[in-house]
Order: sequence, then C-alpha cells, then structure tokens
Amino acid sequence: MKAPRFAYARPASVAEALALLDKHKDDARVLAGGQSLVPMLNFRVASPKVLVDINRIAGLAGIKVTKTHVRIGALTRHADLERSADIAKHLPLVAAAMPHVAHPAIRNRGTFGGSCALADPAAELPACALALGATFVVAGKKGERRIAAVDFFKGLYATALKASELLVAAEFPLPKPGYTSAFGELARRHGDYALVGLAVHGSTRGGRFSDMRVAFFGVGDRPQLAAHFARALEGQPTIAKTVEGALAKLDADLAPRADLYSSAAAKLHLAKVLAGRVTQQLVP
Amino acid sequence: MNTAAETIEISLTVNGEKVKRAVPVRLNLADFLRIELELTGTHVGCEHGVCGACTVRVDGEIVRGCLMFAAQADGCTVDTVEGLTDSREIEELQSAFVLTNALQCGFCTPGILMAAQALLRDLPDPSREQIREYLSGNYCRCTGYQAIVDAIEAVAKARRARGHR
Repeated sequence: MKAPRFAYARPASVAEALALLDKHKDDARVLAGGQSLVPMLNFRVASPKVLVDINRIAGLAGIKVTKTHVRIGALTRHADLERSADIAKHLPLVAAAMPHVAHPAIRNRGTFGGSCALADPAAELPACALALGATFVVAGKKGERRIAAVDFFKGLYATALKASELLVAAEFPLPKPGYTSAFGELARRHGDYALVGLAVHGSTRGGRFSDMRVAFFGVGDRPQLAAHFARALEGQPTIAKTVEGALAKLDADLAPRADLYSSAAAKLHLAKVLAGRVTQQLVP
Repeated sequence: MNTAAETIEISLTVNGEKVKRAVPVRLNLADFLRIELELTGTHVGCEHGVCGACTVRVDGEIVRGCLMFAAQADGCTVDTVEGLTDSREIEELQSAFVLTNALQCGFCTPGILMAAQALLRDLPDPSREQIREYLSGNYCRCTGYQAIVDAIEAVAKARRARGHR
C-alpha cells in the first residue's frame, strides 16, 4: 500500500525540529532514514499526522573520536558506519555488526539514530550500544540530557525518549586496553531480521574473561544483557571449556517467546548455540 | 520549510535533466518517477523495502525508491535504469544478462542492474558468495539467481581484464 496522508515538515536545525515536535506532540513522528518508518506507514501500522524530516539538519551526521569516546551522530547512515576507518579501529564490534543490517541499498539510507530510537527488538545497533555501554544524547526544549543505553531501551519499540525530544547522538566510551569484542547473528536469509543475535564485549587480559557484557537481541522485547552468563565467565580462563560450562546459565538470563518461525524452546537453543560460537571467537 | 504541508514543490535532476514539480508529500520516489515522469523502468513490487525492484540511485548511492518520499529527493540527483541505459554505463551488464539468460519475466531486472552496478563499483573483484550476499536484497522469483550471478561475475572479469572498473 501507499503511505496514508500526512503533513511534512523539513526543519533546518535541531531547534526548529524541537519546536515542531513540541507543537504537534504525539501527532508527529521523526523521519530519519525511513527504512522502518516508511514500511510502517505503507502497512498503515503508523499514521502520524505530521512527519518531521530531520535529514536536512546540518551537524546531526558524523563520527567524531575524542580522547574518551566515539560520538556517532544520529543521522549517520549505516553505510557510513560500515565504511568508517574510525569505527573499524575503535569500535570493531559496531563494524562487525554492520554487514548484518539489512542490505546495501537500505544501509545507504538507514541511520544509526533511527535504528536506536525505533528500538526494534531484533535490531543490531541497540545491542551494540548496550554491550559497549554507550550513552545517548537527547535534545529537548530545556536542553540536552544523557541516557545510558541500559536505561534507554524500555521495551518493544519503546525508549526513554519523550515525544518532544530528539535523539541527536550516542557516545561510546573508547574500549580500554585488553578489551575485545565479537558479534554474531542467525537469520533465515542474509539481511533478514535476526532470529537471535548477540554482541559481546569484555576483557580477555591475562588469559581470563573479565567485565564481560553480553547483549542479546531478537530474544525479548528489547536488547538484554545476559548477566548470569557473564558472571559465569568472570575471572575464568579464556578456554573453550569455560564458554561451554557457562552456556547453561543462559536459562536464567533469557526467556524468549515463540515467534512466527520458532518455538520458545528452539529460540533458546539457538541463543545458546550462537552464544557458544560468538564467545568462542574470544578464545585465542 | 519548518511548517508542515501536504504538498511541496521540488526540483531535482533526474538522469541528467532538471525537473520541477509540485507533488503530494506522501508520493514515494518510485511512484514519482513512474507516474509523474513516466520513467517506468523503476518497478514497484512490495512497497516495503524487501524486494529491491524499485532500486534507484540518489546522489550516487543506491536506495529503495519505495522507502523515500519524492519530497526528500528535492535538490538531489536521481539516476534510474533509463539513465544508466542511455549513458551506456550498464551496457555490459545488460549484454551479459541477455547472454546468460539472467532474466525471465524481467520484473526484478532493473533493480538488479542498479544493485549490480553499485556492487562492481564497491567490489570490483567479487566472489560468487559476495555477489549473492550483495544481491540478497533483490528478489527474483524466476531465475533461481544462478544466471544472474554468472552474468555479474562475467562482467567483473571482463572489466578487470581491461583494467577498468
């Protein structure tokens, strides 16, 4: 189908965008890359009265590396993350995730901020933000506020963003020495939504796992950290046996629901298989 | 424009020609090209970004024509399969598609040609696996893809042999 009727606004600044969001409140939706929102409009799952197109706001796109973090602007396209030497160097987890995000034509248009603000439970970038301990920078009428990734994702397509706020960037702390990461996902076809996926980040310094953050996606209503699994790895040697032994702990971390293709038991099984494969990548 | 409106006047360059139109803001780029400009080479399949039949180039990069509003292409340079045919940019790919029987009904072909040309720009020496992966966002319900991969592989080899991308 075609998109329902709406009115379109194209603000030139964050201030203009915020004024529009404030004026139209719940009737407005922010249009970033549109790679999920436009299908939702065409399916008539969403029918906002006003679309606020932020694509022409200067300064919302781009990747900046500082002494302490990597800042990714909300309008940064997936393709730009995929091709960025700074991302490959400082956030290899994000670089590893990018080829899994849909297809090249979608990645040319889809944005980092759009993916995080939509909070699709099967999306890759929210899980990366969670695993890497990112902080989201949100603009509102009264100025900016910062929200840790762990507090940002609230549920199925739900975030801590208010209707009058705009996600402008995320700050990823530069990984500390000895920290490493791995990423994997299972999908029915390349580029499809994940049946299950995970992003792993932590230290393997001195041949022991430490401070592991294991973020699953596609197995719940939001990206979620597997705390029991991480605790079972803590301080243990980086050998295959450690990983195998910890996998049973995922029963306590995950309670996936059945979806169109898999039963709950199958999803939990797939999550364990994938967690084994991905975490083994950190074993030298 | 910082007030919301239901129609918009847009100016853009399509296949090298400047065009100006007043359009409803809900008109997607693929429909704009087909209905307003009568460039019907860009096909509309699924209308939710899955099939790839509407693939066009906006400012040099391939996008889904059904997931972008014409309003958003205001000021942009858009290239369609007609433009790439006239400029002969995809002549070799088109010949190879004919030679290897890489199309049957042809519905997906314009989108696949747009994607294949982008693939060969980014990866001049792709493996068959990389070709398949790149085209995973373009559905073909006739060929089984084998001949499409053959055609693209043949063009990549020919271009490399000439030292040309």
